[in-house]
Amino acid sequence: MSTLHLAILLPFIFVVIIPLLYKYTRAIHTGWIALVVPVTLFVYFMQYFSINKAIDPITVTVPWIPSIGLGLTLYLDSLSLLFALLITGIGTLVVLYSIFYLSKDRERLNHFYAYLMLFMGAMLGSVLSDNLLLLYSFWELTSVSSFLLIAYWYQRKRSRYGAQKSLYITMTGGFSMLLGFIILYAASGTFSIREIIAMGDAVTTHALFIPAMFFILLGAFTKSAQFPFHIWLPDAMEAPTPISAYLHSATMVKAGVYLVARLTPIFGAFLEWSWTIIIVGIVTLAMGSFNALKQYDLKALLAYSTISQLGLIMSLLGVGSLSMNSNYAPYSEYFIAAFVAAIFHLINHSVFKGSLFMMVGILDHETGTRDIRKLGGIMHLMPISFTFTMIGAFSMAGLPPFGGFISKEMFFTGVLSLAEHSNAWITIIPIIAWIASIFTFIYCMIIIFKSFTGTYHEDLLDKKPHEPPFGMLISPAVLSILAIALFFFPGLVDTSIIEPTVKEMAPVAPLFIENPDWHVHISAWHGFNLELVMTIGIILLGTWLYLTYEKWKTPVFDLIPRHLNLFTLYDKAIEGMEKTATRITKSYMTGSTTHYLSYIFSFLIIAALATLIGTGSFVLDTSQDSPIEWYELMLGIATVIAAVFVLFSTSRLMSIMGIGVIGFTISLFFVIFRAPDLALTQLVVETISTALFLLCFYFLPKMKASVESIRFKLTNAIIAIGVGLTLTLLGLSAYGYRVFEPIAEYFSNSYELAGAKNIVNAILVDFRAFDTMLEIVVLFSAGIGIYTYIKLRYAGRND
Amino acid sequence: MELVMAITTGLLFAVAVYLILSRSVLRIILGTSLLTHGVHLLIMNMAGLKRGSAPLISEDTMSYTDPLPQALILTSIVINFGVTAFFLVLAYRANQTLGTDDLEKLRGGDENE
Repeated sequence: MSTLHLAILLPFIFVVIIPLLYKYTRAIHTGWIALVVPVTLFVYFMQYFSINKAIDPITVTVPWIPSIGLGLTLYLDSLSLLFALLITGIGTLVVLYSIFYLSKDRERLNHFYAYLMLFMGAMLGSVLSDNLLLLYSFWELTSVSSFLLIAYWYQRKRSRYGAQKSLYITMTGGFSMLLGFIILYAASGTFSIREIIAMGDAVTTHALFIPAMFFILLGAFTKSAQFPFHIWLPDAMEAPTPISAYLHSATMVKAGVYLVARLTPIFGAFLEWSWTIIIVGIVTLAMGSFNALKQYDLKALLAYSTISQLGLIMSLLGVGSLSMNSNYAPYSEYFIAAFVAAIFHLINHSVFKGSLFMMVGILDHETGTRDIRKLGGIMHLMPISFTFTMIGAFSMAGLPPFGGFISKEMFFTGVLSLAEHSNAWITIIPIIAWIASIFTFIYCMIIIFKSFTGTYHEDLLDKKPHEPPFGMLISPAVLSILAIALFFFPGLVDTSIIEPTVKEMAPVAPLFIENPDWHVHISAWHGFNLELVMTIGIILLGTWLYLTYEKWKTPVFDLIPRHLNLFTLYDKAIEGMEKTATRITKSYMTGSTTHYLSYIFSFLIIAALATLIGTGSFVLDTSQDSPIEWYELMLGIATVIAAVFVLFSTSRLMSIMGIGVIGFTISLFFVIFRAPDLALTQLVVETISTALFLLCFYFLPKMKASVESIRFKLTNAIIAIGVGLTLTLLGLSAYGYRVFEPIAEYFSNSYELAGAKNIVNAILVDFRAFDTMLEIVVLFSAGIGIYTYIKLRYAGRND
Repeated sequence: MELVMAITTGLLFAVAVYLILSRSVLRIILGTSLLTHGVHLLIMNMAGLKRGSAPLISEDTMSYTDPLPQALILTSIVINFGVTAFFLVLAYRANQTLGTDDLEKLRGGDENE
C-alpha cells in the first residue's frame, strides 16, 4: 500500500464519512468537510509537479485477484499527473463554489457530496490505473456516480430522464470497451497497459486487434460525447450547475480523451485509428458548434460547446497519432505538434469551461433564469461576473490575450499540416475546422452580449440581479486568472507536462528517434502566418455574422427539420424497443396452459425427431424380440380400444371406466411380463384411483361435449400424434441398441447378500432403499397436501 | 412382442397428450394418468420382455427377468398415485372456489402485469 493508493482511497473514505458527519454537523455546510479531499489531493499531486523537469513515472501495485491478473496497479506519469491535477484542482474550486451555490437548508448535502467524492475517487482511479480491468472498474464507477449526480433532483422528470439516458449510452460504450480490453488481453496475455505497449508488434498482429480498437474507441466516444453519442450530454444539464461544471465539462467527458491518449502507443500506428478519430472529432466539432447557436438555455449552449471542443481535442489526437505511422514518417514533427495542441487545449478547455459553467450558475442564481431571451442589460448590475464571463468566453472563442488563442492557433497548425501532408481532399478538414471556429466565435459572443448587454427586461426576471456573494466568485476568479496566465506564461505547462506526455503518447515516433533533444516550446506569438490570418478572418466574419444573427438564424436553422435529429431517433428507438419486446412477449405468453404445453411438446418432437433422423440413429431390430402370443395381442388391442374410447367419451363415468380398463389391462401385462409385485400393486392402486376418480368427479362439473374449435383440435391432434410417434421411434431405437449387459445378474444374489428371495422387494428395501424412503415421503406430503386442501379454508380477501 | 408394446405405448402417449392439451381439467387428469401408464410400459419394454422367470428365487430356476425396472416402476406407481390424488383434490378445490374447470377461464397473467 503506497501513498498513491491512499490518495485514491481518500475520496472513498469520505463517501462513508460525509453522511456520518452530516447528522452531527448541521451547523456548518457539509462542503467544508468535503473540501478537505480535493485540497489534500491537489497538494499531494503538486509535489510531483515541477516546472522545469518531467516526473519519473511511478508504478505501485497491490494484489487484488492475482488469478485473473487483476491487481491494483497504479501508474503515475505526466499524462496521469495532468489529469489528476485537473481533477483535484478543478475539484477544489467546484466544491468551494458549491458551498455557496447549494443551500444548506434546502438540499440533501450528504447525498451531494458523497456522490461527488465517489465520482472524484473513480475519476482519479481511472486516470491512474495501469491495469485495464481496474481502469474499467473505475470507468463504470464514474458512469454510475455521474448517473446519481444528474438525477440529484430526482423529483424532476427531466433529471431522471437525463440520468437514465446518460447511463444507457455510457454503459453501452463501457461494455464495448470491456470487450476490447478482453481481446487485448487475449492478444497479449496481460492486462497491464505498460506491458502491452512494451510488447509492440506481438500484440498488433492478433486477428481481432482491429475490432478491439473499434470496441475501445466506442467506449471513448460515448464517454466523451462524440458524434453520434453526444446526445446524452445536453440532457445531463439537468444536474446542479457545479456538477455540470465539474463532470460535464472538465473531467468525466475527458475520460474518453484520456483513454485515447493513453492507448495511442498501442493503436496509434494504425491509420484506422487516426482517421476514425480525426473524422469523428471534426464532425463532432462542426455539429456541436452549429447546434450551440440554436440554444436559448445557456447551459444547453455550453453543453454543445463542450461537445464541440471535445471534438476538437479528439481530432487533434487523431492527427497527432499519424506521427507514428510509417507512411507519414517524414512529417512526424508536424503531427507531434498536434499532440502538443491537443494537450494544451485540454488544459485550456478545463479552465475556461469550468469558469463559464460557474458563471452561468451565478447568473441563474442571481436572476432566476438561464434563458438568453430573458437576460440582458445586466452588465452594470453585475460587472465582476461580466468580466469573468468575458474572459472565459473570449478564451473559448480563441482570442488573445487568453490561453484559448494559443491552442486555437495550434489547432489550425495541426489541421493545416494534416492537409499539407496528405491527400488533396483532406483540405476540407481545415475548412470545416475554420467554419466551426466561426460558429464558436458567434456563440461565445452570444454568451457574453446576449446575457449582459442590450435591453434590461425587469419584468421577465424573478429577482433583481446583483453581484453574487464573494465566495461564489472565488473559483471563477482563479480560473479566469489561469486563463490569462496560460497566454502569458505557457511555459508553466510546456516542458513540465506537455512534453513528457507527448513523448509518452508517441514513443516510437520517428521524430524522437532522430531528434532526442526535441523540446516543446509554446509561445503566445509565433509570427505572421496563415493561422493568424485565419483567426483574423474568424473575428471579422464572426463579428459580421453575430451582428446580422437575427436575420439569418431562422432560415438557416430551418434547413434541417426540427424533428429530424438524433434525440428523436433515440427516443423512438427506446420506445420502439419496449413496444416490440412487449408485443413479442404478448404474442406467445398468452396465459393459456394449453399453449405452453403445445410449445413444450412441439419442441420435444422437433428436438427428438431431428436428432433421431439427423444422426441416423433409428434402427428397427426385431431379431431379439420375444414371441407374440395371441392373448397378448388381444390385451394390446383392448388397451388401445379403451384409450380411444376415453378420447371420444363425453361422459364422466365412461371416461373413468375407460381409464380403469387400461389400468387393469396393464396389470395383466405385468402378469404376463413376470412381474407379480407390479401386477399386485397396479391392481390395488388402480382400484383406489378409480374409486378416487369417482369420488371427486361427483363434485366436478359435468363433462361438456367439447366446445373447442376444429383448428384447435387439429393442432392438438397433430402434436399428440407427433409425440406418440416420436416416443415409439425412440423406444424402438433404444431397444435395438444395447451398449452393455444389464446389471440384473448382481441382484440375483439377493438371497446371499440380503437374505431375500423376492428380488424386487430386496431392491426396494435393501439395495435401493433410499428410493423407497423418499417415495414414502412423497405419499406423506401428498396426504398432508390433500388434507390441507380439504380442511383449510381461506376466509376470503379482506385487503 | 417388444414391437407390439412399443406401438401400444406410442398410442397411449398420443391419446394422453391429446387429453392433456384439451381445455377441461378432468380430461387433463385422465391424460396424465394415461401418460404414466405409457411410461411404465415403456420402462418395462426397454428392459426386454419375458426373459426367464419371475424374479423370485427358487432352486429350480437359473434365469430371471430383470428385476431393476420392476423396482423402478413400483416406485413410480406409488408416486404417481400420490400425485394423481393430490391433483384430483386440487381440481376439486379449484372448481369449488372458482366455479369452473375450463382452462381457458382459468387463465392468469393479465391482471398481474
